[in-house]
Amino acid sequence: MFILFGMPIAQIMLFGFAITNEINNVNIAILDKSKDAETHKIINKISASAYFKINQEITNEKQIESVFKKGKVKAVLVFEKNFIKNLQTLKQAKVQVITDATDPNVANTISNYVNAILQNYTHEINKNNKPNHQIQTQTRLYYNPELKSVFTFVPGVMTIILMLVSAMMTSISITREKELGTMEVLLVSPLKPFQVIVGKVFPYIFLSIINAAIILLLGFFVFGMPIEGNIFLLAFESVLFITTALSLGILISTVSQTQQTAMMLSLMGLMLPVIILSGFIFPISSMPLLLQVISNIIPAKWFIIIIKAVLLKGATLDVIWKETLILVGMTVFFIAVSIKKYKIRLE
Amino acid sequence: MSIIVQNISKSYNKIKAIDAISFEVKEGELFGLIGPDGAGKTTIFRTLTTLLLANEGSATVAGFDVVKDYVAIRNSVGYMPGKFSLYQDLTVEENLKFFATIFGTTIEENYDLIKDIYIQIEPFKTRRAGALSGGMKQKLALCCALIHAPKVLFLDEPTTGVDPVSRKEFWEMLKRLQKKGITILVSTPYMDEAVLCDRIALIQKGSILKIDSPENIIKKYDKVIYNIKAKNRHQLILDLKKYPSQYSVFAFGEFIHYIDNSSTFNSIDLQHYLEKQNNTEIEIKIGNTTIEDVFMDL
Repeated sequence: MFILFGMPIAQIMLFGFAITNEINNVNIAILDKSKDAETHKIINKISASAYFKINQEITNEKQIESVFKKGKVKAVLVFEKNFIKNLQTLKQAKVQVITDATDPNVANTISNYVNAILQNYTHEINKNNKPNHQIQTQTRLYYNPELKSVFTFVPGVMTIILMLVSAMMTSISITREKELGTMEVLLVSPLKPFQVIVGKVFPYIFLSIINAAIILLLGFFVFGMPIEGNIFLLAFESVLFITTALSLGILISTVSQTQQTAMMLSLMGLMLPVIILSGFIFPISSMPLLLQVISNIIPAKWFIIIIKAVLLKGATLDVIWKETLILVGMTVFFIAVSIKKYKIRLE
Repeated sequence: MSIIVQNISKSYNKIKAIDAISFEVKEGELFGLIGPDGAGKTTIFRTLTTLLLANEGSATVAGFDVVKDYVAIRNSVGYMPGKFSLYQDLTVEENLKFFATIFGTTIEENYDLIKDIYIQIEPFKTRRAGALSGGMKQKLALCCALIHAPKVLFLDEPTTGVDPVSRKEFWEMLKRLQKKGITILVSTPYMDEAVLCDRIALIQKGSILKIDSPENIIKKYDKVIYNIKAKNRHQLILDLKKYPSQYSVFAFGEFIHYIDNSSTFNSIDLQHYLEKQNNTEIEIKIGNTTIEDVFMDL
């Protein structure tokens, strides 16, 4: 009953609120080399809009790379030196919009929005200025200069597949034993709970690792997706995420009695959030606050952040340690709850 | 004592499945739980195999407490659930190997014990367990439950859904296993299998009605049962039920089992009465008491 009536409500709410390609409250950084009255005005105007939130100010070009790697900001606005002087004497000044194009759609939208705001601004100042002043914007796309969508969907698809194969298949395979009655015989045997679970989970670890490797190889060779980061770090993070998904699958199997329930729980409970709330397709920063908070408990969100950082930005563990730790924590939590919930008896 | 059950009660959502059940099974005994579907037989099995926790009472199996020492019990008993519970997509041999492995033994080690049974299914050892006939499945399940040479064997309705010939074979095997010193607790809804046990407990609606050897149960039954036959069965039953001194009337195979409660009962009087009611081809004779008669009377 809950599934019949609860799901449509949840879905329409999710789709209505979360699924939007508009951007909202995108974090950006400012590199203001001029720091004059004009740049100040422009910065104010940008931060006054609902689209952008100025997250930090940086002081030199070297920092751009590091703020992107940390994933704190989606774009950096760079004002050139002597901005106000250039505007008044040369009648034109330059702003550089550097976007993190690991998510091509968002990157595109951001640069369009910034352009629009700047144009609007020049219109205002040109009312009493003849000849017209010009602010030139120059867009630079980091990590994905060609705005290839493959850069988003390879990590996304990888996340979905790993989640599905690991969580759904384990939960189904364990509940299958319950349904067929073989669990009853296994319980009345010297096998310990963890032996049963490890036995069920083991094949899926291999399957998932092979899946992950195939997706990455296809992305690399067929679609030309870069693998900037350390391959071992990549493998480590993938195995970590597989473990998280497996432990989630075990958790699902401990609370469901039939294969059907397990499948419903995995499909509805995992698939939708992974697709919608993980930031794979729809930017999390544009979602309502409530959904943004909810997105934090979705393991896929953290894995997508990690894998994009490693794949496209060549991030190392010192940048993504926080996300990695979150995944480790989730895994430990799922396993702990599963052990607590695992029934050594039939009821 | 191999199994001691004391005042075990178990309820599912306020519905009592078993109510203050007590019985004991001696070492090397073949003990039968006899009762219709829903009598609580499976609940007793699951409690004793540590799969369910009783609400009240205590029980020990092979000297181990079913709650405290559940690990020890799981190591030393063989359990064959009422529902076929082997891996359907594994072959006969693979199933046996699997169960030998999880009990830390090998097929060869205890082959003696299962030899008689396994020989019968060996021709099909490469067939998937799901594709076996009902009787074969039960034989395989018995092999799997025996492969670790358990001290106590729990068989929950092993012959349900099995043809009469295989049923007979199955019971012969149990007799042989018993001779090897294994305590066997078996349940069945078939009354005719009850006489094959050393002792039986008659169960209905979660309570034990009687515990004794089948012979004693029949011997102690003091009423005389008449097997009565007539052309029109339905009419016969109705008329018998109207007979003033009738105690019980129920259909049993081709006969009607009739019990009278009068000490001056005379079958000729009954014959006259039935003839008067227009019954034809009447046949009245004294029948042998069966477990089912006793059960129906309880």
